[in-house]
Amino acid sequence: MENLIALLVAAPLLGAAVLLCGGRRLDRTGHWLGTLLAAASFVIGAVLFADMLGKGAEERALHQRLFSWVPVEGFQADIAFQLDQLSMTFVLLITGVGTLIHIYSIGYMEHDERRRRFFGYLNLFLAAMLLLVLADNYLLLYMGWEGVGLASYLLIGFWQHKPSAATAAKKAFLVNRVGDMGLSIAIMLMFTTFGTFAFGPVLESTSDTSEGMLTAIGLMLLLAACGKSAQVPLQSWLGDAMEGPTPVSALIHAATMVTAGVYLIVRSGAIFNAAPDAQLAVVIVGAVTLLFGAIVGCAKDDIKKALAGSTMSQIGYMILAAGLGPIGYAFAIMHLVTHGFFKAGLFLGAGSVMHGMNDEVDMRKYGGLRTYMPITFVTFGLGYLAIIGFPGLSGFWSKDKIIEAAFAYDDGIRGWIFGGVALLGAGITAFYMTRVMILTFFGEKRWQPAPDPDRTASVEPGVDVTPGEMPHPHESPRSMTIPMIVLAFGSVFAGGLFSLNEAFVTWLEPVTQFEHPHPVISVPAITASTVVVLLIGVAIAWVMYGRRPVPVTAPRGSLLTRAARRDLLQDDFNHVVLVRGGEHLTRSLVYVDHTLVDGVVNGTAASFGGLSGRLRKLQNGYARSYAVSMFGGTAILIAATLLMRGV
Amino acid sequence: MSATAVHSLWTTAAEVEPFGRIPTPHIEYAQLAPALIVVGAAVLGILVEAFVPRRARYHTQVFLAVVALTAAFAAVVGLAAGGYATTEAQIAAMGAIAVDGPALFLQGTILLASLVAVFTFAERRLDPAAHGNRIDSFAAESAAVPGSDHEKAAVKAGFTTTEVFPLALFAVTGMLVFPAANDLLTLFIALEVFSLPLYLLCAVARRKRLMSQEAAVKYFLLGAFSSAFLLFGIALVYGYAGSVSYARIADVVEGSVRTIDPALADTMGNDALLLIGGAMILVGLLFKVGAVPFHMWTPDVYQGAPTPVTGFMAAATKVAAFGALLRLLYVVLPGLTWDWRPVMWAVAIVTMLGGAIVAITQTDIKRLLAYSSIAHAGFILAGVIAATPEGISSVLFYLLVYSFVTIGAFAVVTLVRDAGGEATHLSKWAGLGRRSPLVAAVFAVFLLSFAGIPLTSGFAGKFAVFKAAADGGAAALVVVGVISSAIAAFFYIRVIVLMFFSEPKPEGPTVAVPSPLTMTAIGVGVAVTLVLGLAPQYFLDLASQAGVFVR
Repeated sequence: MENLIALLVAAPLLGAAVLLCGGRRLDRTGHWLGTLLAAASFVIGAVLFADMLGKGAEERALHQRLFSWVPVEGFQADIAFQLDQLSMTFVLLITGVGTLIHIYSIGYMEHDERRRRFFGYLNLFLAAMLLLVLADNYLLLYMGWEGVGLASYLLIGFWQHKPSAATAAKKAFLVNRVGDMGLSIAIMLMFTTFGTFAFGPVLESTSDTSEGMLTAIGLMLLLAACGKSAQVPLQSWLGDAMEGPTPVSALIHAATMVTAGVYLIVRSGAIFNAAPDAQLAVVIVGAVTLLFGAIVGCAKDDIKKALAGSTMSQIGYMILAAGLGPIGYAFAIMHLVTHGFFKAGLFLGAGSVMHGMNDEVDMRKYGGLRTYMPITFVTFGLGYLAIIGFPGLSGFWSKDKIIEAAFAYDDGIRGWIFGGVALLGAGITAFYMTRVMILTFFGEKRWQPAPDPDRTASVEPGVDVTPGEMPHPHESPRSMTIPMIVLAFGSVFAGGLFSLNEAFVTWLEPVTQFEHPHPVISVPAITASTVVVLLIGVAIAWVMYGRRPVPVTAPRGSLLTRAARRDLLQDDFNHVVLVRGGEHLTRSLVYVDHTLVDGVVNGTAASFGGLSGRLRKLQNGYARSYAVSMFGGTAILIAATLLMRGV
Repeated sequence: MSATAVHSLWTTAAEVEPFGRIPTPHIEYAQLAPALIVVGAAVLGILVEAFVPRRARYHTQVFLAVVALTAAFAAVVGLAAGGYATTEAQIAAMGAIAVDGPALFLQGTILLASLVAVFTFAERRLDPAAHGNRIDSFAAESAAVPGSDHEKAAVKAGFTTTEVFPLALFAVTGMLVFPAANDLLTLFIALEVFSLPLYLLCAVARRKRLMSQEAAVKYFLLGAFSSAFLLFGIALVYGYAGSVSYARIADVVEGSVRTIDPALADTMGNDALLLIGGAMILVGLLFKVGAVPFHMWTPDVYQGAPTPVTGFMAAATKVAAFGALLRLLYVVLPGLTWDWRPVMWAVAIVTMLGGAIVAITQTDIKRLLAYSSIAHAGFILAGVIAATPEGISSVLFYLLVYSFVTIGAFAVVTLVRDAGGEATHLSKWAGLGRRSPLVAAVFAVFLLSFAGIPLTSGFAGKFAVFKAAADGGAAALVVVGVISSAIAAFFYIRVIVLMFFSEPKPEGPTVAVPSPLTMTAIGVGVAVTLVLGLAPQYFLDLASQAGVFVR
């Protein structure tokens, strides 16, 4: 069985290689090949899953070693895979949701002449992500990590002719580099501390390592997770990444990329368990981000950016849970999976809406779409109910558990703070998601004529849009709706299934350990207050957007609203602190380079040049001078020889 | 020495060895075949000049030269395969010639370099045909006064100086014997045999004839001057050792010979004679390799000589002269290592630095390459100074590397032309990379190799000599060598920058499309540069197998 593990990665990798190297011959069939290989990977994953279920809990982890990758004395790393319950969960999520997104893209990218390349990149994304979660050592994980970064860069900037897309891709790549530095430093620290990269030895020997070193490694891992999972302070790339085609957003937000940080922290749980300070940092980052993302999500009029803020917030929940230690790991992953379903569904729904609305993304120009796109409405609506944590749906089960665990952080003030933040986040989530729902599907039609493509960059290519034409909203083709329906099922039932007899927690326990949380207030009280907060959020949104007409152009809004529209000034902050600071640093370095370094270099060059100019005057062209030089040289040579002997 | 003593010397010499008792020389023709083949072909070439009709001379001479050089190279390979480079190494021709590893390796290098050089000699397509005759780099009639009616008539008649081929062959003969010479007289004769044809060859440029003749005269005068030093040094050393044979001198130096020739009783064993004589012989050889301060002829002669001759001279002469220098220092004077090493240290340092520094301000590509060759002589001297077997093999390898790069580089110089012939002023090379990317790229490869950039043969060679020098206890010399390399890299790279990153001038030179002959020369140069840069190990092994002198 373990020999199948490599095939999980190999199938999409093969697809990427064939599609990217195959040339135009594959233009007609390439997307089918890509989808087929993604599905093949899913099938293999399902087979392995079935096999795993048939075994006892402690014997489920599989290992496959392909070959020695870095066979250097004292520096060994293998191309080797490890498939345990945690990896298995990710494999199913990545390949399952990934395959659905592949199918959806067949319809969505139908008019794009570079569709084959798109599918190649999608396959590459899956392969890199699978490598990341299947690696059995940190060095190989790093390879997958970087592969994910590359694939996301290629896909976010897929419409590279749009300057905004090219910039967004670059931004995502650069911000991720900061996180990647964290991971590489963490790996270096691990190597110096443990002498190896493999998960097993590293994670088992945390007890005999100093806490200071573990804290350092933990903080570096957290930095890495912040980059990939778009957590404060490295969150700024996520909103701009919406420049990519919508299936890419779904893939990044649901199945790959942003989940990598959560995986990294949960996988390295042993390190964090032994480093409480690093753990506290993780919790703080998660708490801050979940509020940050939620507030941003409230102010955005662009449907995809509102959903992006939502993702940031939901990943914040997961990071928060992952920082809680054994009481939170399983819930972090559970929320990750349920979020994978409903967020993918929401993004695909958003794409479907845009598809019908001339690629308009401004929700203020939607309205009343529920009758025009019934399937999209229903699937999106179920995703909406799931994400706000409507009792009984997936999000309820997973988010409620995280809120409980947050209240259980400790018996004192911190438990109240983190629990309160998580609870507040749930309320804000209900508010902004209701807002999205109302603006898009309810109220009167606020449709606008199609914009002039020359004046806006948001029109996706390959779509025939006549400027000035009113949109004709319609339901999307079946290749797009079927994945949405499948995901809607997941959004509704997954959470409940996972919570039956604590099935999910029991499943993950051998990898992540588990302790029952003991919140500062009783569990029923938390559940009740979650529902209350949720209802309050929905009610406020209804009052603000359902009862009053929605203006097509956004009102000026309060100071907070304006700041939130600008992503809470994250780019301004980065610009002032990092870009300006960087510019000043560069300028001063350039100054030093020009005056000092170049001064020394040029001075040396000039002095040699001057010496050269003087010496060449000796070469005056007269044979007699040359002869004198030879004679003098001979005299010196003889004299020196004699002197050496002291004759 | 008094007059009576001289008289008695004569009479005793006559009494001790009457003419009748001079033994018949025993000559191992097979072992001497390389030099004999080439000199035979040279003599034949003279006969061709005398008897073959003018029209057919060019082809006959080229054919003869190529066949002779190829055959001689085959003979060298045959001797090496016969073990003469290693186990069978021996002294031939009554002690006059050594047949051993270094000699065969250097002879092989000289022959290959000469073969490639002969291709550039034979090039006749660079200039448009004048009066219906193809013309080469050499004067129509070198005896004609430049600018005279006589000269014009010769040009119009389509005369060519096909004598360059036999002259080159004579020079090659001398070069083949020079590193193999095993006594001082043979050394001197070989020196003259290759020097005299070179003086002539320098004088026969077709363009800028006055400059060419001036170069030849300077070269001749200074060459004669240095030969005088060499000869005087030989005399002094004979006075010290009572013999001109390398082995015998070495024995006397080491003190293993006690018998004193009665005729030389006053001088034998006088160390001052040895040191002064040895230093003077060194001067003669350092002049040929172009070491500072005996280098001053180099830029003038390299610039004035016809460019194919410059390439031939720069490559083959250097190989031969360094070969002779190695043999002298390693076979004759090993007992004096502690005397010659400090002096040679100083010479190597001033040569490396002097060549590199003065090259910076050069504006003529041929002069630039001349100073570059001076700096390279310094680098090679660093390997010579190592005084270890690795030193020998690294020098052998460097010479192989250097000779092909040099011929290739000068061959490229012949291609870049304007109305006045070769456009050697550097300003005219500006933007060459835009107009002729291939030629500029090839030249850049040679320059990078000169600069010793990795993946070119120059790097492998420089690494070998510096490593040998460092292992031989001359680490300080290596430091100076690396600094000089850095200085030298400046002017090599500057030419590359000039070719690729400057705007081409409106009336810039054109790049001639050469015949396959020059293309072969350049192609071989590039191939050797890259092969020895990427996979030098086989040739390094070859050089280290060949690195033992017979005594």
